Amino acid sequence: MKDNGKQPIIKLQDVWKIYRMGDVEVPALRGMTLEIYPEEFVAIMGPSGSGKSTAMNMVGCLDVPTKGHIFLDNKDISKMKESDLAQIRGRKIGFIFQSFNLMQNLTALENVMLPMTFQGIPRAKREERAKRLLKLVGLEDRMNHKPTELSGGQQQRVAIARSLSNNPEVVLADEPTGNLDSKTGVEVMEMLKTLHEKEGKTIIMVTHDKNVGDFADRIAYLKDGRCCDKEDI
Amino acid sequence: MLADYTRLALTGIKQKGIRSLLTMMGIFIGIAMVVSLISLGEGLQNAMLEQFEMMGTNVIMVMPGAGIESMFGSAVPVTEHDVDVIKKTRGVDVVGGLVTKIAKVEYKDEIKYSWVSGFPQDEGRKIIEDMQQMKIETGRDLREGDKYKAIVGYMMAHGDVFEKEVNVGDNIMINDQEFEVVGSLERIGNPDDDSSALIPLETAKELFETDEYIMIMARAKDGFDSEVVAENIKEELREDRDLEEGDENFAVQTMEQMKDSYMVVIDLVRIFLIGLAAISLLVGGVGIMNTMYTSVIERTNEIGVMKAIGAKNSDIMSIFLIESGILGAVGGIIGCAIGLSISKSVELAVKSQGIEYLVASTSPVIIFGAIAFAFVVGALSGALPARQAAKLKPVDALRYE
Repeated sequence: MKDNGKQPIIKLQDVWKIYRMGDVEVPALRGMTLEIYPEEFVAIMGPSGSGKSTAMNMVGCLDVPTKGHIFLDNKDISKMKESDLAQIRGRKIGFIFQSFNLMQNLTALENVMLPMTFQGIPRAKREERAKRLLKLVGLEDRMNHKPTELSGGQQQRVAIARSLSNNPEVVLADEPTGNLDSKTGVEVMEMLKTLHEKEGKTIIMVTHDKNVGDFADRIAYLKDGRCCDKEDI
Repeated sequence: MLADYTRLALTGIKQKGIRSLLTMMGIFIGIAMVVSLISLGEGLQNAMLEQFEMMGTNVIMVMPGAGIESMFGSAVPVTEHDVDVIKKTRGVDVVGGLVTKIAKVEYKDEIKYSWVSGFPQDEGRKIIEDMQQMKIETGRDLREGDKYKAIVGYMMAHGDVFEKEVNVGDNIMINDQEFEVVGSLERIGNPDDDSSALIPLETAKELFETDEYIMIMARAKDGFDSEVVAENIKEELREDRDLEEGDENFAVQTMEQMKDSYMVVIDLVRIFLIGLAAISLLVGGVGIMNTMYTSVIERTNEIGVMKAIGAKNSDIMSIFLIESGILGAVGGIIGCAIGLSISKSVELAVKSQGIEYLVASTSPVIIFGAIAFAFVVGALSGALPARQAAKLKPVDALRYE
């Protein structure tokens, strides 16, 4: 574990998440503990059913734990209301999804502008920043295209640009290459790597793909809802 | 911010395409009904008020039978004798009887059946003239001493009754009796009146072999309340006819009462029709609600994404409310346009029949009121679906395919 003498940006402390399916309780996380430091590139890996997605949701403030604490910038978010969580997500976390999840009716530019809209940033500023980000991911000539007019790789690059639009401290990527062929996947991963190295973004990535995981500085292994060593997988 | 929400809402509407249009249809049918009905109702009311205003409010009408509906019935008639009784009543200024019959009118070998009215030539004619708002266009008025003289209505004078125009100095035959046309009237605005001929009262009684008046009109003296004078007339007539109170075989109405009873009828009709329109608006609202619920389900994933990238519940709520509001408002605008064109075409259709005084109201209150109302119906119908959208958990929404 790399400790630069800094406070962790995200800290999961004995986090439990129990889903209720009818009468049955299904624990997805069973006391997961994880610390992620600023400017780290961490991959969370584990077999399916290990609780990766749930962990991702917790880290991304998309859901609150049943038990335990999650600290984001030393603030306990585990008991926060949805509207406060939304604010935190919007400002501090950028999401990249496996299936891109772009708004189908908006152009690439509008998609990148959208997170800034929810933060109440004036239109001119949004547009300027969105253009810069699309240029950064090499899509300056595709700005006015709708997602359906873009290839998978291009869509994921739009999503990367979108994730950066509010200049978040953390970028969360959920199987970012899952819907891409291996060549495009590598391109996307290299882009994330560059983001990490050049922009100093903290990147947290969930994947089950060893090759993808190797792009990260550190891999946190997850099994049966808690962190474990590589050898236990 | 609002502009951005509106843009997002509009993409939602565009996405649904034809379904959005169908949803709006539910609203615009309702709004079109409301707008055209209110617009015409208002126009009708204004027209009637204007008419009553012109007739003067101090006029009292005495008709046979128990009310206006028996004007053409066979109740105990009102005659010159009643005119004399009314003349002596306290508070009565002038009195005049009116004979009106459909008669055979012949002009240059062309035969038509028209209303022919006998007008008193004495002081009584003034009130009737005022009531009918008659103005001489050409020639002269009938005057005392005229016997077989006539004045013709606007349509009769201008070739809308007969093929040829009827001019001053021409002769027309009424029930085979020759009359000299001495004048013509300006347009009154009612085709029955405008195509009729007027002759002296005594001549009419003789010609039609009747002493029954269709009605008698009296005017209250200045300083007298017409309601009170009407009661006086009732009393005098009851006494004259030896009737108990409540057993009247005649009807006395002031213009005010007549106006009120007309207005009550108009209001009832309006309330009934607007009730119908309201039901159709309600149905339209349910249509919007249905569409919005579907929309929320279809866009669950998008809602999840928007939440993930920082949309608050209130943001999502606003987007969906605006979307349903726009569906309503656009429906309202289309409905308004359709409604107004309906009422305008009714106005034109009525005008082409010679009735001039129905002007469909196009007051901005109606237009903006209807659009605002449609927006509110839309937004209200969208409230529940929007709440459902806002309350979706981001994780669940994201997972939804």
